[in-house]
Amino acid sequence: MTQERKDAWRGFTGKTWQETIDVAGFIHDNVTPYPGDATFLAGPTHRTERIWRELQRMFVEERERGIYDVDTHTPSTITAHVPGYIDQSHELIVGLQTSAPLRRAIMPAGGLRMVEAGLKAYGYALDPAVHAIYSRYRKTHNAGVFDAYPADVLAARRSHIITGLPDAYGRGRIIGDYRRVALYGVDRLIAERRERKSTLDARLSAEDVIRDREELAEQIRALDELKTMAAAYGCDISGPATTGREAIQWLYFAYLAATKEQNGAAMSLGRTSTFVDAYLQRDLDEGTLTESGAQELIDDFVIKLRIIRFLRTPDYDELFSGDPTWVTEALGGIGSDGRPLVTRSSFRYLQTLYNLGPAPEPNLTVLWSPALPEGFKRFCAQVSIDTSSIQYENDDLIRAAYSDDTAIACCVSAMRVGKDMQFFGARANLAKTLLYAINGGRDELTGDQVTPPSPPVAGDVLDYDEVFAAYDRMLDWLAETYVDALNVIHYMHDKYAYERLEMALHDYPVHRFLATGIAGLSVAADSLSAIKYAQVKALRDTTGLAVDYAVDGDFPTFGNNDDRADAIAVDLVERFMAKIRRQPAYRDAEPSLSVLTITSNVVYGKHTGTTPDGRRAGEPFAPGANPMNGRDRHGLVAAALSVAKLPYRCARDGISLTSTVTPDGLGHSRDERITNLAGVLDGYTDAGGFHLNVNVLDRATLTDAMAHPEKYPQLTIRVSGYAVNFVRLTREQQHDVISRTFHGSL
Amino acid sequence: MNVTAAPVTGSVHSFDISTGVDGPGTRFVAFLAGCPLRCQYCHSPDTWYQRNGEPTTVDELAIQIRRYERFIKVAGGGVTLSGGEPLQQPAFVREVLTRCKAMGLHTALDTSGFLGDRADDALLDAVDLVLLDVKSGDPDTYRRVTRTGRLEPTIRFARRLGGRGTPIWVRFVLVPGLTDDPANVDAVADIVAGLPTVERVEVLPFHRLGAAKYAALGLDFPLAATEPPGAELLDRVRGQFRARGLTA
Repeated sequence: MTQERKDAWRGFTGKTWQETIDVAGFIHDNVTPYPGDATFLAGPTHRTERIWRELQRMFVEERERGIYDVDTHTPSTITAHVPGYIDQSHELIVGLQTSAPLRRAIMPAGGLRMVEAGLKAYGYALDPAVHAIYSRYRKTHNAGVFDAYPADVLAARRSHIITGLPDAYGRGRIIGDYRRVALYGVDRLIAERRERKSTLDARLSAEDVIRDREELAEQIRALDELKTMAAAYGCDISGPATTGREAIQWLYFAYLAATKEQNGAAMSLGRTSTFVDAYLQRDLDEGTLTESGAQELIDDFVIKLRIIRFLRTPDYDELFSGDPTWVTEALGGIGSDGRPLVTRSSFRYLQTLYNLGPAPEPNLTVLWSPALPEGFKRFCAQVSIDTSSIQYENDDLIRAAYSDDTAIACCVSAMRVGKDMQFFGARANLAKTLLYAINGGRDELTGDQVTPPSPPVAGDVLDYDEVFAAYDRMLDWLAETYVDALNVIHYMHDKYAYERLEMALHDYPVHRFLATGIAGLSVAADSLSAIKYAQVKALRDTTGLAVDYAVDGDFPTFGNNDDRADAIAVDLVERFMAKIRRQPAYRDAEPSLSVLTITSNVVYGKHTGTTPDGRRAGEPFAPGANPMNGRDRHGLVAAALSVAKLPYRCARDGISLTSTVTPDGLGHSRDERITNLAGVLDGYTDAGGFHLNVNVLDRATLTDAMAHPEKYPQLTIRVSGYAVNFVRLTREQQHDVISRTFHGSL
Repeated sequence: MNVTAAPVTGSVHSFDISTGVDGPGTRFVAFLAGCPLRCQYCHSPDTWYQRNGEPTTVDELAIQIRRYERFIKVAGGGVTLSGGEPLQQPAFVREVLTRCKAMGLHTALDTSGFLGDRADDALLDAVDLVLLDVKSGDPDTYRRVTRTGRLEPTIRFARRLGGRGTPIWVRFVLVPGLTDDPANVDAVADIVAGLPTVERVEVLPFHRLGAAKYAALGLDFPLAATEPPGAELLDRVRGQFRARGLTA
């Protein structure tokens, strides 16, 4: 062992992680679980406040103009831009994606069209030289995909039965193990990659071997560039980090390099807080750092994560209600040995929501288990109530399915850090597929024949068995067409926009998932329930196309903990996953499925005609696995228990539930609300629920909803015994709700 | 000879799983249909008559509750019978709550106390907490608020609970111009302060969210023009309770 490394690892225990690349092992050997409460935390320093204020001033301009600034000349690489700073002499953690804060970069390797459309939308034009390079001399991922898409995929894409495919920009959802750079230094990682590559020399140059050799060579090149980039900021990261500040800086450099080269749909961070804590704790023990100093480092790091930007089009932003980057960080959880992985730094990350104010990024995700320490549970619940800025995922499910060193990409996609990657696959529209089944593959909005023709369901009153048999066949077509599209996309992404650095920070060989997804689950389940339990008449136009439905009678709906409807949803998830599994997957990826829409449920709804559950054409779907708005009649818990029935083993890429509560809907006093929210999270996790977004409404949200009702079509207020749609209340009633909900407390 | 007693049946309007508003924690709340009072501020006029509910056996309701038993135990909470006025159906209440106790669930009864005499000791044995709606402290105001009720039975019921050691959470709905008179609030607070088992007083601000239900039923909402109380008034009223050492 070199002297340098010994010094960097002083005080750390354990052997295995020293011999092989094993960050999880390091954490096991060096974690200091923190069982206490939040009273130790420190507020923001003046320095932090000053830097954050400076940026907030720029955010106003950015919001007005759409983007703050963009470099239209320089296709981004790890080393393409000179160093940039917010306030060089006062930053503790340095590094920006380009030469200035909020100046966006262009990444044409993913797709030239996306770059040009993004620039045009905000009044910029691409440097003609760049245009020439990426149209004349260098092919893009986007161009490759469209060279190879078969006709039925193009038709399915056009009719929006499959949408959101990452075929025009970076696929994202790949999390490098950025911690490796801090723990081992880049040189050690390069040496390890060289060793891996040399083992391939013994094998004959078959296609897969050639590809692996080239990829490893690219990874080594990217690691070299990472060192060069850090050196430009005055840091030598060839060796391991020696202090907490260096650990955060090294780790951030690695993440930053990834965001300089990839405009992935989600560029998630991983699971860093407890790793970083080992360094911060050592500094605290050595007397070289104070609590305020530790918090300040985390605050400065989080400031950097909050200004990660990508150039996207306004359409894209509309789809996702904002300008998301999904810098997801997984916090908390329990170790495989039963010890909590909650450290003081888990608290410090959450504390940034107070020190810097609430924000969607980084996407702080608490891995929840009823076994977490009470102090941490209560702090999480408190932060949720105060900021609505964190989401929860079931650590007990994740740990059993993956490992205790698993992170979340995007919203709900679990992957073992540095061991698993995924081919992101957006989602297929299950509700629209049901309409295709009824109409023999003709689109209910355009009348076009999208799938190979099949006999439409006949008769005025729909027969459940007949509809279901047609639906099952249509789902076969959907699974085949969908996976076909994904195989093309990921072949081309590997070829033209390979994630060199992120993959350098994974084990070789890596385990791959093919992450499919579904939208419209509750609409499809309720529609089938209507056909089964009520009488549904198809109303057809002159061409025989069913365009509307008349429902006679009551039917159970998903979201009421009623097995009659819930079983239909469960069956759909199992059925579709089984069909996906039967498809051949690119690079032998293991198929998985998510029930997640983020906010694209609105767009999916827009492109789907009237459904047999009574939903009108164009009306939004419920987000993710949520019950349709207004159909969950027994409250959040009943809805959550319906969603918890969806089998995680068939939806290993995550099942998303979003819930909105008012503070009053959790209890009368602050203390009670914290206790009750923590209790609900325990109960939901215990029931097998996977994910929960908790929105605790504040006065500002409701006031904004009064001014801009179009932004809050689904805002529901529960009052004991019943629920009301907030934007449909009269102004007086809305004022009532606000005064009732927030009297005296704010 | 086989004698099969007819199963006890109640009239249930609906149920809900709520958190923090119908007793401690997350609770299964069954709203029983039928109420003898016609409170001016009532937000659920659709529960006034027993015919507003579904005939439901104890077994049927117990099956529903059992679906939430585990969640409630893990999350912390219990079962609340509300209404309507649950004590209009005392046998049903007794049987349901006895079942809940057997499941190991915490039980609460949300009542005005007006029909408190109908609750026998076996029923009260199955109640861990009474959410007692004291609508007014002055008998005339009580009459005006409820239109059909009297204050005295509530006081009698409350004292009986006190004598049995049954914990009480008092609820007082604050309606500007109707229940907010300082003398009336003082009278409520005096009654409550004299009860040995009151753990807390919840002053609930009047709201108009039930207005749509009145319209749907073709009924006039008597308080359609009444504004919800402001923060200042709420503070004053809570202060009147706190001045007597009560938690409000």
